[in-house]
This record gives sequence, structure tokens and C-alpha cells, in this order.
Amino acid sequence: MRIGIPSTLAYYEYFPFWDVFFRELGFDVVSSPITTKAILDWGVKHTVSDACVPIKLIHGHVRALAEEGVDFIFLPRMVSVAPKETFCPKFLGLPDLIQASINNLPPMLSPRIYLRFGRMSLFRICGQTARSLGASRIKGLRACAKALDAWHAFLRSIRQGLTVAEALGLRQRTGTALRGPRLALLGYPYLINDPFISANLLGLLEERGVQVLTAEMVPSEDLKRLSRSMRKNLFWHYSNRVVWAAMYYLDKEMVDGVIHVTAFGCGPDAMVGKLVELEAKGKVPFTTLSLDEHTGQEGIITRIDAFVDMLVRKKVSA
Amino acid sequence: MRITFPRMGTSYIAIADLLTGLGNEVILPPPITKRTLDLGTRYSPEFACLPFKILMGTYLEGIARGADAIVSSGGVGPCRAGFYMEMHRRILRDLGYEVETITLEPPKGHMVDLIKQLRRLINVPLSRVWSTVRFAWGKLELLDIIEERAYYLRPREVVRGSTTRALRKCLSIVRGAKDMEQLSEARNKVEEILASVPIDPEAVPLKVGLVGEIYVVLEPFANGEVAETLGELGVEVHRSTYLTKWTRENAFLDFFRIPADRDAKRLARPYLGEMIGGHGIINVGETVIYSRNGFDGVIHLAPFTCIPEIVAKGILTKVSSDLGFPVMTLYLDEHTGKEGVRTRLEAFVDLISKKREKEQGVAW
Repeated sequence: MRIGIPSTLAYYEYFPFWDVFFRELGFDVVSSPITTKAILDWGVKHTVSDACVPIKLIHGHVRALAEEGVDFIFLPRMVSVAPKETFCPKFLGLPDLIQASINNLPPMLSPRIYLRFGRMSLFRICGQTARSLGASRIKGLRACAKALDAWHAFLRSIRQGLTVAEALGLRQRTGTALRGPRLALLGYPYLINDPFISANLLGLLEERGVQVLTAEMVPSEDLKRLSRSMRKNLFWHYSNRVVWAAMYYLDKEMVDGVIHVTAFGCGPDAMVGKLVELEAKGKVPFTTLSLDEHTGQEGIITRIDAFVDMLVRKKVSA
Repeated sequence: MRITFPRMGTSYIAIADLLTGLGNEVILPPPITKRTLDLGTRYSPEFACLPFKILMGTYLEGIARGADAIVSSGGVGPCRAGFYMEMHRRILRDLGYEVETITLEPPKGHMVDLIKQLRRLINVPLSRVWSTVRFAWGKLELLDIIEERAYYLRPREVVRGSTTRALRKCLSIVRGAKDMEQLSEARNKVEEILASVPIDPEAVPLKVGLVGEIYVVLEPFANGEVAETLGELGVEVHRSTYLTKWTRENAFLDFFRIPADRDAKRLARPYLGEMIGGHGIINVGETVIYSRNGFDGVIHLAPFTCIPEIVAKGILTKVSSDLGFPVMTLYLDEHTGKEGVRTRLEAFVDLISKKREKEQGVAW
């Protein structure tokens, strides 16, 4: 039996986990191809108007899996993985939204991921998922433990300075010497690490010798500490991490500039962008890169060249 | 402390009384105009929703009139609105305005904080609080009743615009009431005025349900005066979102874990298995209810970039095609004009009236 996992959104945080989990249960795991023009175009055409581009992308990815002929599509309903936060409402309603907009889908497997009791909840969800696929609960729990190991190894490689895309093997470093400025490249992993929708942003920055620091590289203890320093935190998982990471890099004076990568029309980012901008104000230069279905690489190159040049000149004149 | 607050529909009348009665100096938020919105848009993030921008403008206008404190509601997400007071505070501070902010979080899980915030607002002996709250609540209820009655009268009125004129008269009477006694007098007077609007008793107007995000549903400026326009196109409007109802549910029922809107949530279940924040799930359920209760259609109001409403729209499309029930979503932003809304409403009303004729077998 083949289980399809769309290569976007939560894929960039949890694929190593689910990949091992389902393989341990004895299933084949098929992930949709990394975003292509065709996937994007299909998504744009079939998604509710005014949705952001990541939501359009996942429609395309789910469709690609359906065409692939998988037996199940695994699209968990990401509700909450930490106390006092949820995912963006579009994640909460995603399985329903997909069902409403795409016809003739293979059966969807959408366990509700709500980790109110931390790891215990995760084991319970894994046990139930295994059961629903006809495997025993015990086997599910064992697969869950194995999957957690794999996921922790993935997280460790990121803490050591790899971007998510590199840790997932979606891109390799070319070995260009990184003598340029250090940048905090902050945004959601499914934007920054998707080589297509980001117009190969990571590659472009590497070519220019920029050292990139992302939100995922910040140690989780520091994130917790920073969350307590906020008068009120945001409600959304990925958004909080971006804001806390910005505070972390700025407090420690680790970066020469901040780039906020956002999707056109992203609701949470209307808050995140302004928060990060105000945090960076008076400390280091800040810019926003907004991505959508019309983003071309030339436009991105112009923006980052201008920003990087400005940082270099600032350093020289100082 | 000179307090201002967000303006939403007619509720400002009662809220001003409440805050004054609790011993605060109130800076009444000026009516929302193009200028308010322009001002708000200039200092808001581009993709913040319309309510955020209107509030931003309202606060800046209030500050220009001397306000140095703002009271607003909080929230626990996942809708963005729960973070707005904090975001507004940071933007205002960046602009050089140090204002006090009083955020009223929902009681569940924030009881201590809520009491602390409320105590900042209560500057009279505690014995007077209850009567003040009761008075303001009575006013709020009366305001909601007036609006509901206007929805009934407008499509039936004999002289176009007579309901709206009567409505204005009623509002100024309610505004003038200073105590419980005057309020009950006002209630009688309002009844009289509304009863004197000449209507056509034979009329069988089309019926449309209004669902959507609470701010744009309640504030006519934000929705291009959709209720008034529909009424004057001969459509009876119904909505279930009223501020009194919303407050009751979010401040009391939620605290005692009494589920509100049970029917709407149950009917939404087949389409949407999760609370998505804002009014997402309720909108889906209510649309099903309207279709079962013989309504001719539903207008869904959503601020542009509103996260829960985008999900709701995607699902409403499916509900609409499953039930064969017309639903139109109006996305609202700072570029929305009353005339643009009117054109779309006219087209929608045409469609549903044709549909009704066809179903009733009238040749056309």
C-alpha cells in the first residue's frame, strides 16, 4: 500500500517523522514531486480565490499525488503542537478545504494533531493511525518511537547550521565561501525551503556569499525564554517562531540584516512582518520579500542584490 | 485617563454610557469616514484586515481629540483580532504616542487579568457598577432590537427611505436616555416611531441571511451599507450576529463551558471538522440553517485577507452547490465602495428573484 505525502506546508517540519513512521509500518511512502510550474498552476486554478500561495500549492501537490495513484493521502490536521498556540486557521480547516475543492480524491488520512499532553498525545495519535491502517497499536507505538529518533536527528542537523532544505536533501551547498554579510532569513519553512516558489532564494544568497540564519536554527530553550518576554504572543506556531527568532538574532547582535520572507496576502504575516520590522528598527536594516504565483527570479535577484549591496556599503563606510 | 474605544455599528452609544457611568472620561470615537480609513491604512501593515485599519484610524482620531487610553477586546486566536490591541499599541508607540491600553480578554483562562483590567475601568463605588452595567446592557439590547426591526420594515416600506429616517430618529432618542426610567420611555417611543412607518402588509419580500466576520457585519461603513442597500432593493435581511448575543456567548457561556450555537455547529460538522476561529464554522452552519428555513440566499461578508473567512468561503462554495442555495461572498477592503457593493447586490437579488419565480412556476 502506498501512502502519499504532499511536499509542502508541514512537510518541511515533519516529513522525516512521518516518512519513517509509515515505512516502519510497512507501507511505501510517496511524496509529491518538489513544486513545479504545473503543480502551482493547477493549484492556482482550483483553490478558493484570495487564498495565499502556500494553500494554492498544497492543492496542486494533493492533486499530483492523486494522479500518482496512491492509496491514501496523508494530510494531518495540524491543530497545535505546543501550549497556547495553534496553527494558522487555514491549516486547521485544510483537510475540509481540500475535500471541498478537489473531486475524486483517494481516501484522505487526516488525524487531528493536537499535542495537548506532549509526547503522550503523539503516541496516542500514532497508535490510532496505525490501527486505522490495519496495523496493530503496538506496532504503531514502536514506529512512533523510531520516527521520533529520525526526527530528532533531523532537528539536530538543522541546529548545526543546515537549512531545512539542506537537511531534507532538497539542495546541496555548492561550497562557495561565505564572506558576505550575515542575514536572518525569517519566514515559514514551506516558503524559504521550496526551491520553486522562493525562486531558489537560498541558492541565490549562497552565490552572493551571504551567511543565512533561519528561525529553525535557534535553540528551542531560547525560544521558550523569548516567548515569556513578550507581553502577548501571537497564536500561530510558525509565526511565533519567526518573531522569537528575530528577537534572538537581534538581541545577540548576530546578524547584519533581516529579510522577512512572506506570501502575498498571508494573514498572520501582516502581524509578523510589522512586529519584526519594529524589532529591527534602529538596529539593523530590514526588508520584506513577498512571494506569490507571479514571482520571478529576476525580481528576487534585484531585491536581494540591492539589499546585500546596501549592507556591504554600510559596513565599508562604518 | 481619557478613554476611547473601537466603533462598531451603533454599539458606541451604549459603550460610551457604560464607560462614563463607571467614572471615566470618554472620548467618543468619531463616526468612521473615508478619512478615518485613509489614516488607518497609512499606518497599518498592508495585509492587515479592514477592521484593523479602521480601528487604527479610529484610535489616531481619538488621540487627536485628546484620548490617552484605549479599551478594546482581546482574544485567544486563531483569528488575528485577538492580537490587534497589542499590535496597535506597538504601532502607536512607534509613531510616538504612549497610550495606555486596556485589553479585555475572555474570562476563561484570563480571569485574574480580566479583573485587573476591569478594575482600571471602574472608578466609582462598586455599588454603582451593577446599575451602570444593567443600564448599558439595556441600551445595547434596545439598539439591537431597533436594527432587527429595521430589517423587517425596510423591504415593506411604502415610501423609500422612511425606515432609515425612522431608524435615525430612534437612535437619537436612545442616545438621549440618561437613566433606566428614560430608557423605558425611550423604548416606548421607539416602538411608536417604528410602528408608524407605513408598510405594505401584502408584500412578500425576498429573504437573505447575512453571515460573516462580526466587525464587517455590524459596521455599515465597513460593508458598504449592505443591509440598508438590500432592504431598499426590497429584500428582508436577517442576521444572527448581534453584539448582545456575541457578548453573552463569549463572556459568559464560554466561561461556564455551555456550548453556544449548537445547531449551527452541528450542521457545519459534515463540511468543517474544526473550529477555525472567527466566525468560520458558524457561518457554514448558519448557511445550512438559512437554506432549510426557506431563505432565498446568503450574503457572506469577509474582510480581504481574513484567514478564517477564506477557509469558510472555500467551504461555502461546496455547501452552496450541494444544497442548490445561492451564496455570495463579498470581500471588503479599503477600496470597497458603496456603489460597487450595490452593483453586486443588485445582480445577486436579480438572480435569487428569478430563482424564486422559477420555483414558484411563474413564467418568465
